[in-house]
Amino acid sequence: MSGQSAAISRRQKAVTLPTTRILSWGRYPKTAHQHVYRPAWNDEVPAILNAAAPGSLLPYGLGRSYGDSCLNAGRELIDCRRLNRFLAFDESTGMLRCESGVSLSAIIDTFLPQGWFLPVTPGTRFVTVGGAIANDVHGKNHHCAGTFGAHVRQIALHRSHDGLVPCNYDDNSAMLRATIGGLGLTGVIAWADIQLKRVAGSWIDAESIPFQSLQAFLDLSRESNDRFEYTVAWLDCFAGKNLRGIFFRGNHAANPGKKYHPKRALKLPFALPSWFLNRHSIKALNAAYHRVHTSWKRKALLPYDSFFYPLDAVGQWNLLYGKPGFVQYQCVIPETNCAALEELLDRIAFSGMGSFLGVLKQFGPAPPAGLLSFPRPGLTLALDFAMRGERTLQLLQSLDEVVQQSGGALYPAKDARMSPDLFAASFPRWRSFVPYIDPKMSSSFWRRVTEAR
Amino acid sequence: MTAKTTTGETMPGKKMAAEKLTAQKFTAKKIVILGATSGIALEVERIFARQGCELLLVARSPQRLAELQADLLIRGASAVSTYPADLASVQQHAAVFDYSRRTLPDFDTVLLAYGSMHDQKDTEASVDVLLDELQVNFVSASAILTLFAADLERRRTGCLAAITSVAGDRGRRVNYAYGSAKGALSLFLQGLRSRLHLAGVRVITIKPGPVQTPMTDHLPNSARFAEPAQAARDIVRALHRRSPDVLYTPRIWRYVMSVVHHIPETVFKRLSF
Repeated sequence: MSGQSAAISRRQKAVTLPTTRILSWGRYPKTAHQHVYRPAWNDEVPAILNAAAPGSLLPYGLGRSYGDSCLNAGRELIDCRRLNRFLAFDESTGMLRCESGVSLSAIIDTFLPQGWFLPVTPGTRFVTVGGAIANDVHGKNHHCAGTFGAHVRQIALHRSHDGLVPCNYDDNSAMLRATIGGLGLTGVIAWADIQLKRVAGSWIDAESIPFQSLQAFLDLSRESNDRFEYTVAWLDCFAGKNLRGIFFRGNHAANPGKKYHPKRALKLPFALPSWFLNRHSIKALNAAYHRVHTSWKRKALLPYDSFFYPLDAVGQWNLLYGKPGFVQYQCVIPETNCAALEELLDRIAFSGMGSFLGVLKQFGPAPPAGLLSFPRPGLTLALDFAMRGERTLQLLQSLDEVVQQSGGALYPAKDARMSPDLFAASFPRWRSFVPYIDPKMSSSFWRRVTEAR
Repeated sequence: MTAKTTTGETMPGKKMAAEKLTAQKFTAKKIVILGATSGIALEVERIFARQGCELLLVARSPQRLAELQADLLIRGASAVSTYPADLASVQQHAAVFDYSRRTLPDFDTVLLAYGSMHDQKDTEASVDVLLDELQVNFVSASAILTLFAADLERRRTGCLAAITSVAGDRGRRVNYAYGSAKGALSLFLQGLRSRLHLAGVRVITIKPGPVQTPMTDHLPNSARFAEPAQAARDIVRALHRRSPDVLYTPRIWRYVMSVVHHIPETVFKRLSF
């Protein structure tokens, strides 16, 4: 029965506090935190905010951000995972009100059997609703549905000075737009109203089509975007000029089909040695992946989890990269500048440091839902790089130059090292975001990209 | 408190048959949860909700109970009623019991899930803190269990379960206040089990190892404790089926505690854990 208040008083008593090690999904950078609050109820949050020093807190969810945007090194985090209740659901409209620590996985498990699915889903189901809003995540249906934030109708935000602030498109709409994509800096989301999407069942009519050039990808993408709700491509980044990849597209199957029971995921129990993923093993993996998908039949009825979340089949796959961890690089390049994308792929292939999973997707024209939303019209490329110290950072630096010259942008949720310059170029409106930051909030990422200015 | 023992009312042979029948058929459907907002209870309730059970929740905060009620109904519970009360205060027990009898007259399972864990040092420095620890974890718990036990015994059906702790298996330097209260509750349940056995009512003692809940957040290494969802799965399984009278969760604690139990006192008093 000892609640959070007792925990706070205990903490103030303790002088030598063990620093809590919390890492992001990329396991780089290595950070320690002063303290992690774990409120189980929304009524505990105001006391945490009131007691905190300015710039000392950051909400934390399932830690699936790759870099340091979910970290607050040397300071404190509010772990929101226990705030995971559904508060209301309208069965006729599909409008769900839930607390911010609810995972997308929990939403699927509860509502897919009733015929409702997420309006937008990223490549993993293990993110919280709060995290999905704070990073304004996108999915394979960006070209027709926009980002996750576009389906958020209302939120209630714990602010340190204003208490619980309801934000919707009529009241406090500016605060709502700042919180969508706001990296958790505007306050702690108490609950959010999300419009779920009607589906017939758990199955996806999927197709996979091999392609051999960037132009072929573009043709496929343009042709598919009208007819397919979900499109994405996998890319072999070792191929360089001889680009090769597999284009995936799909729609929710019109028939409910047979009942689907998701399988239990395997889980990596510990970090593999860092040499496990090297250029040879990755080349072999890429070749195997390509072989498998070109030899399979092109059309298939897939369960939703193997279509949307192939990586979730291996729990903790981030441990594949070993102790040093990895960084992910996700940029968007304007479509008018395809040469820049080719230049990026060339540099990556030349470096020999590319990764197993290259992902390419054409974003749609939807206007950004938030002030700092990353998705914008263009082509987005996402790649993992094993962290090999200076060598890796230098390669990424050289990629940054190409992105910046092309008028592109980098994705904060994936970033652990972009320069303040590139951040400002990627998000020219960032200064108008600053007034919405809660004075008690800060993050490692935010300090890194803005404090020099 | 009009508990009448029904010892010797049935013939031994018949009783055995009846016992077997209830053992096979019993599944928890209408459940009273005392301390419904505690960390482990929250996860137990979710599983019961998914199974479409009917729940009656008792906890202190009306607001939290309302949030919980909404959540469990969305997750599939067929009905959820709530009653705000401070179970640490024995004066409120009669009202809690009356409400349960009125709202869910044919409840088949009672789970007591509340507890408190003060800093051991505080209980040494202040007798008030010590008494509070005993009051919450043992005195009030045994009092309310007595009310519900009489009702189940009269109806000759159901299951009574309470969460104690592995800390109650042996007194240790670092947590003997909490441990002695939980240990006393375990003993109480042991006797109660023997009494209710005659009426075909099951009594389950649940002894979790350290679990990640708000109660244990302040302990060192709490990030390595068991997940409450895991404890909840074990508990629900135990409530539904005829499984051990004493449940350790995670199971390894049964073996750990059996070793700990056998260390001679002259050695044990020198150990620092």
